[in-house]
Amino acid sequence: MDVLDRKIINLLQAGFPLSEEPYLEVARQLGIEERELLERLSNLLDENTLSRFGPMYDAQKLGGAFSLVAVRVPEDDFDKVTEIVNSYPEVAHNYKRDHDYNMWYVLATDSPEKIAEVNSDIEKKIGMKVFNMPKLEEYYIGLRLPV
Amino acid sequence: MDMKVKYRLPSLPKQAVLDEQDQALITLIQTGLPLTPTPYADLAKQLNLDEKEVIQRIKNLNETKVIKRFGVVVRHHELGYRANAMTVWDIPDETVSELGLCMGQFDFVTLCYRRPRRLPDWPYNLFTMIHGKDRDDVLANIQLLAERCHLDEIGHKVLFSTRRFKQRGAIYR
Repeated sequence: MDVLDRKIINLLQAGFPLSEEPYLEVARQLGIEERELLERLSNLLDENTLSRFGPMYDAQKLGGAFSLVAVRVPEDDFDKVTEIVNSYPEVAHNYKRDHDYNMWYVLATDSPEKIAEVNSDIEKKIGMKVFNMPKLEEYYIGLRLPV
Repeated sequence: MDMKVKYRLPSLPKQAVLDEQDQALITLIQTGLPLTPTPYADLAKQLNLDEKEVIQRIKNLNETKVIKRFGVVVRHHELGYRANAMTVWDIPDETVSELGLCMGQFDFVTLCYRRPRRLPDWPYNLFTMIHGKDRDDVLANIQLLAERCHLDEIGHKVLFSTRRFKQRGAIYR
């Protein structure tokens, strides 16, 4: 990744024009050819530096639901529990963190009711209490970092 | 680190009114926008709409915040932000919104949510995701947050991730 790639990413983290030839517009802002912008974006996506180029949706507005869930898993059971939890398609992320609450997974479902259903199913299967911590208020979701 | 210019006021999620064509558009672009000189015209062709209508519909999705952001979605790790910590704070309910908005201004804070406490087990009600080049950088950023937002008296815990098991983008419908 070179200086121009970084410039492209920083500019496009801020948004994208809604016009007939949006890439041309962005390319002009960067002082490059449209073709070069398209090639570089395509490379950044191919090499997985960017995960996506497009919209980031608010799942709740689409009728879906998200929740963060914490579990205190004994170290010896960790792998076994991970396997069970990750087998659910509703589990979008799962991180091990260095705390007493060491498993943190995110559920993404198509309805809020489904969150409780999946969690109670998981509780039964792993034989441990899970702590559901849905978002109550959002103060900022940026996911924008200067690169 | 730069401060962001504006506070964004929190709002409770509400259901947007979407028709079938919105749904089709949402599904079509969820994996990405076409990398062609006229992406909206190309989408329009696939949806049997005209280009102006596609642009107007995306504009509406932006305005109703169904689309939170439109642009590149980066992989932090690949871009040199190799460390992140979920940092959780136990903040009195009366001041949690004010302090949440303060923390949300910093560009190394990528998520800032209020969540329910789970007493007596879990007292923390504000969750922030703090990024940095490495662990020391993350800790320095947390220190900076504590100073700027006056959090010295606020109990907090820093939870570094040690393993990542699964990461997928949510797919809708």
